Amino acid sequence: MDLRVEPGHASWAEREAVDGVLGTVPAWADGGERTAGDGRMVEGGHAARERRHLLLPVLHALQDRVGWISPGGLGYACARLPVPPAEAFGVASFYALFATVPRPATVVHVCDDVACRCRGAEALCQELTLRVGPPLDEHEEGASPGPAATGWVRSPCLGRCEQGSAVLVQRAGDPGVSGRAASHAPAPLDQVLALLAGGAGSAPAGRAVVPQAAAAPRDPGLRLLRRVGLADPASLDSYRAHGGYQALRRALALGPRGVIRELHESRLLGRGGAAFPTAAKWEAVAQNPVQPHLVVCNADESEPGTFKDRVVMEADPFQVVEALTVMGYACGAPRGYLYVRGEYPEAEARVTAAVAAARSRGLLGNGILGSSFGFEIEVRRGAGAYIAGEETALFRSIEGGRAEPRNKPPFPAESGLFGRPTAINNVETLGCVLEVLTIGGAAFAAIGTEASTGTRLFCVSGCVERPGLYEFAFGVTLGEVIRSAGGVEGGRPLRAVLLGGVAGTFVGPEALDVPLTFEGVRAIGASLGSGVVLVLDDTVDGLDLVRRIARFFRDESCGQCVPCRVGTVRQEEALARLAAGRPLGSAADETGRLDDLAQAMRDASICGLGQTAALAVQSAARMGLFASPPPGPP
Amino acid sequence: MFGAGGGTSSYQEVEETDLILLWGSNARETHPIFFHHLLQGVRRGARLVVIDPRRTVSAQWADLWLGIDVGSDIALANAIAREIIDAGLANHTFIERATSGFDAFAASVEPCTLERGARDTGVPAAAIRQLAHAYARADRAQLCWTLGITEHHNATDNVLALINLALLTGHVGRYGSGLVPLRGQNNVQGGGDMGAIPNKLPGFQDLEHDRAARARFAARWGAEVPPRTGWHLSEMLDAMDRGDLTCAYVIGENPAQSEADQRRAIRLLSGLDHLVVQDIFLTRTAELADVVLPASATWAETEGTVTSSERRVQRVRRALDPPGQARDDIAILCDLARRLGHDLGEPSPEAVWDEVRALSPMHAGMSYARLEASGGLAWPCPDLDHPGTLFLHARLWEEDPARRGEPAPFSVVAFEPPVDLLTDDFPIRLTTGRRLDSFNTGVQTSGYTSPLRRRESLDLAPEDLRQLGLTEGERVRVVSRRGAVEAPVRADPILRPGLAFMTLHFPDQVATNVLTIDATDPKSGTAEFKATAIRVERLGEAATAPVPEAVAPAGGRT
Amino acid sequence: MTASFVAPPRRLVTGTIDGRPVTVPEGTTVLQACRQQGIDTPTLCYLETLTPVNACRVCVVEVEGSRALVPACSRAVEPGMAVQTDSERVRTSRRLVLELLGSSVDLSLCAPEVRRWLVRYRADTERFGPAQAPEAARDAARPGHHGPAETGGAETCAQPVKDDNEDYVRDYSRCILCYKCVEACGTDAQNTFAIAVAGRGFGARISTEFAVPLPDSACVYCGNCIQVCPTGALMFRSEHVMRGDGRWAPERQTVTTTICSYCGVGCNLELHVQDNSIVKVTSPLDHDVTRGNLCVKGRFGFQFVQNRRREG
Repeated sequence: MDLRVEPGHASWAEREAVDGVLGTVPAWADGGERTAGDGRMVEGGHAARERRHLLLPVLHALQDRVGWISPGGLGYACARLPVPPAEAFGVASFYALFATVPRPATVVHVCDDVACRCRGAEALCQELTLRVGPPLDEHEEGASPGPAATGWVRSPCLGRCEQGSAVLVQRAGDPGVSGRAASHAPAPLDQVLALLAGGAGSAPAGRAVVPQAAAAPRDPGLRLLRRVGLADPASLDSYRAHGGYQALRRALALGPRGVIRELHESRLLGRGGAAFPTAAKWEAVAQNPVQPHLVVCNADESEPGTFKDRVVMEADPFQVVEALTVMGYACGAPRGYLYVRGEYPEAEARVTAAVAAARSRGLLGNGILGSSFGFEIEVRRGAGAYIAGEETALFRSIEGGRAEPRNKPPFPAESGLFGRPTAINNVETLGCVLEVLTIGGAAFAAIGTEASTGTRLFCVSGCVERPGLYEFAFGVTLGEVIRSAGGVEGGRPLRAVLLGGVAGTFVGPEALDVPLTFEGVRAIGASLGSGVVLVLDDTVDGLDLVRRIARFFRDESCGQCVPCRVGTVRQEEALARLAAGRPLGSAADETGRLDDLAQAMRDASICGLGQTAALAVQSAARMGLFASPPPGPP
Repeated sequence: MFGAGGGTSSYQEVEETDLILLWGSNARETHPIFFHHLLQGVRRGARLVVIDPRRTVSAQWADLWLGIDVGSDIALANAIAREIIDAGLANHTFIERATSGFDAFAASVEPCTLERGARDTGVPAAAIRQLAHAYARADRAQLCWTLGITEHHNATDNVLALINLALLTGHVGRYGSGLVPLRGQNNVQGGGDMGAIPNKLPGFQDLEHDRAARARFAARWGAEVPPRTGWHLSEMLDAMDRGDLTCAYVIGENPAQSEADQRRAIRLLSGLDHLVVQDIFLTRTAELADVVLPASATWAETEGTVTSSERRVQRVRRALDPPGQARDDIAILCDLARRLGHDLGEPSPEAVWDEVRALSPMHAGMSYARLEASGGLAWPCPDLDHPGTLFLHARLWEEDPARRGEPAPFSVVAFEPPVDLLTDDFPIRLTTGRRLDSFNTGVQTSGYTSPLRRRESLDLAPEDLRQLGLTEGERVRVVSRRGAVEAPVRADPILRPGLAFMTLHFPDQVATNVLTIDATDPKSGTAEFKATAIRVERLGEAATAPVPEAVAPAGGRT
Repeated sequence: MTASFVAPPRRLVTGTIDGRPVTVPEGTTVLQACRQQGIDTPTLCYLETLTPVNACRVCVVEVEGSRALVPACSRAVEPGMAVQTDSERVRTSRRLVLELLGSSVDLSLCAPEVRRWLVRYRADTERFGPAQAPEAARDAARPGHHGPAETGGAETCAQPVKDDNEDYVRDYSRCILCYKCVEACGTDAQNTFAIAVAGRGFGARISTEFAVPLPDSACVYCGNCIQVCPTGALMFRSEHVMRGDGRWAPERQTVTTTICSYCGVGCNLELHVQDNSIVKVTSPLDHDVTRGNLCVKGRFGFQFVQNRRREG
């Protein structure tokens, strides 16, 4: 491409960061020095442009190294890839974990989203503002902190809801000297202040992440979580000692069609929210004559209140590697991508290490387990965008673009990642696949109900005694789940449950007897979504929570389509007016306005984000959650 | 090509081909909208090979760029041909059926090994081999070129060398395979179509040998057409030099600034007995004229047609009233004819065009009404039902020898380096070209403000700048064997050491053509603008070598 | 001449639009089918020469069996597909899209048909309250964060006009983010990539890298972005100045198609002439040489005829 770039303005550290991803000495044509033969011949064109998919890894390298994406650093990256600078800037400015203006080297992202909000996150943010000043993005333009070494920002859900009040620390600097990012939860004020002062802080003891595994005796019903707390997540041997890689062996014995047959028998439905039959999805890819096929594990779990995939990756990372390998085998794909949420540095490190261990032991690469099957996995890191969890947006993100979803059809099985036939599932669904192969499709289908087979992970958070990740066979009622978690904290009355995440709906105490199956929740107009069970007691300020949800959707909208881009703004404004007691016209006018917005967003948005952006708000309004909580003892 | 002077292919074919060779063309800047079509082809998967001494913005899109020595095109073409034959990749079925002279050609390129090609062009042998194989193996391939091929002393041979490659591989006469010379000006093709070449009548009918055609014109015009080949521009200048040409009528050209060896051109034009210039501007040439006839701008102030690089005839229309005393070219010419004693009447542009259609069979089907309705038609278009011709020479693929017609001849061409040799005194190769936002001598483009515009500079490789101890922006004296100019230097990494670049866009600032050589191609009359030997002197520094006599004042005009 | 030499024959598919059976070649979009039926379908981000991005959503239609509405501009007609173009759901979504756009950007220079659609769908662009300019500069918007929600009315995209070069001006207060300029600057035509969409959500905007002025960007001033802009956000400087002076008079303008005076590609120009002076140059979308595109010389290099006029 004929780019106009200024590769010369990059600092030494920036060059090193970019070269670290793309390989050392760049050629003359890619922004390097010219050697004798260079003026005579250059190969590039299609081959060079195909490096575009490395844009996000390069931007991460710059961000991690110098704390922001500078014009010089971006220019050097653009010359080397090659990518037009305007496009690269468009990508860099899309993701919340990248900064395109100078920023302190250490930034603490403080979660103030729905789950942490139930555990005092807003008070924490207020206190931080008093103690160390407002968040970075609320500084006046130009008056931003400049030389300060640290700063903080508010963050959407960090996926550590079971611990309550979570933070993520981004640290820029030389590799090896500073870690690049780390999560902390619970992170009370003292610890956040310590982190902001540049220290590590002393992490208070956390709760059990999987109470059923921590309990004595251990719950025998755990399937997807069966190794949690037993197997060493850093050890492949430990994984195999606890049954690991038996499913892949079984798959190789069954053959690709046999795997898909088992999946058909299991009636496994995807756990990502759309509840699509996994067998049908894989079969469509496996049978597509266009080659090569690709498989993707969606580990960009970002739905507020959701943390199940994180727990699986942190506690049992080889499970994900094995399952993705099975998926590649069944779908006839030589390569798989594992896209991990940028806010999950620990999970990413775990799966990256697991991939490396599997490769070194011949469980990736050519001739896996003595078969003729070869498979490679690339781990990709998100950069702070809820929308990247939408499958077509995720593809664009891996391809090096803005995570903008597109209309379907065409579906991924026809045209997915890099335009190839692609199968994509999330971590939990892949875990179920291993279970299907381990116990057989028929046995799997016998668990749960007729229409909802197998087990389901529930992310229980909010006002309960024992928040955490729970696994139950489908059919368990909402009330049973909450009771398993010790019931509402302090025995207070239940006011509502946010079921399925912020893209889900609020349900009231009358729903406690509803069986948590796909069909059961559909009957009450709700959905299981990502398995979120966020419990709200009678002290929770419903309107505040709904406004946080509205803010979330406005912040996370990709901005492509009008209903979502502007609709989420107007929705938030209407709620702000209601909260301020200054409705435009009557309160009923505002409700009418919200209803219209909800209909247009649901009907006319490109993707699920816009289509669900008003669900929680609408259900809250129906339930009367906008009203102030009844007065009661604190 | 093989008789009719036009590119073989349409733009749409470059979008649907498999391999695009862009040879001696920086189409990204000089033919931007053609490059759009080319990039559509690239986006659909076509490979792009660019052959250019500079790694131009066009070359930056290429899958393979070959940075050859200026003027070594024949050496490269012959080495490619030799490799194709040697590797057994020649399309012998096509060669046997549709061409002539293959054996002599094959024998002539036999010594042109990859190694020799590498020596003569400066490009690695492996790259030549890669290109040869890619071109021969492609199912469809378009070979496109511009002035990098034709502004040489051996321009015609350069073109013949490229045609040889198409014949060798059968990349001609099929949809998506062809030869595409991109025309530098909006109606160069139309000028040729209309017989504005020394040996042709309109429609490429031969002036000397086509008696029947002459008779048709004579009957229509009521005057004999002398069967005598005329002069092309360089021959005219030579004739002026000899004193054989004493009077000139220049329409819409600015030879005082656009000709190579500008000092000579000005001297010759000034020495004419009588010079008439018909133009829309008072150009430098017009300033030398005895009579200036103000004309209207053909593209915006008159009705008529022009022909594009895909042989497509399209209508130009009057959008503005011409200013002042400016008149339509047709009106001026008819008026002149009347004063000279021949009344042509006051024909409308359409009437003139209908006369062309009556006399030029390839244009016969192109009525104004059809041109309006279709957005243009590509010749040949022999009758009103003919849809126009997307690509030429399909006949070469006919099974029936009768329909196949005359075979297309291979040509034996030998590599000769540029006339202006590099020596220790003149060690740097200066080549010239256009930039995106300017055009030729700037007569038109100086009229608008472009944020892209840089004034003239001598562009050098950054290494050369360092070696010469120059800083960017410093003014230097640029000396060739014919003259010297002053210009600021600029580092441009698209140039390799030893290669320099200037444009012709700002002749009032830097008269680049004071430097260029007027060595011309005997067949086409094009001068070797692309290859000048220069040296660069720091200002104030004593000349270290003999200075050519009568050096023109820098930046001025004589 | 323009007949494609290689296009394979296409199968026909039959569906219904508003109950009437429609048979079209496979691959025909719902929008194309609607237009063939004479059904006026609003579009903002659609243009024949560009890849549909279906971002504006004003063309949505209801397809039986589809949960959400579908964009007519990019969805192909499928066998048996039943399309409703004027159902209550369709009308509501179209109205809301127009209201949301009208409440956030200045639509006053849009094509007349936009005004017609606003009336037809009874769009009330004021219903979200009085327009409120954003607090911070839009070029500084950061992804995933925004200031306190407006309670006094509707936040807009209002911002100063970007006036940084001699050829054209950018008034992004009028930008509906249809992506057309990005596509024209990118792979659909020019492949220069001087501009892209930056930021996200309501902070999404058309931008150069780090919002540098155009002369510091890769822009080559082909003006192909101006040609495709549906809202007047991108405008010839000549038009901008004349509008400012009150001299812009489209009713006095003629448009004449001719051929560019520069290189030999044969690009079609549409000269917009007011008072015997060229005030703007466009290119026909339906001509296969240019498809609406030009280079800087064709688009802006016309001044020499006028200069000559002034010199007399």
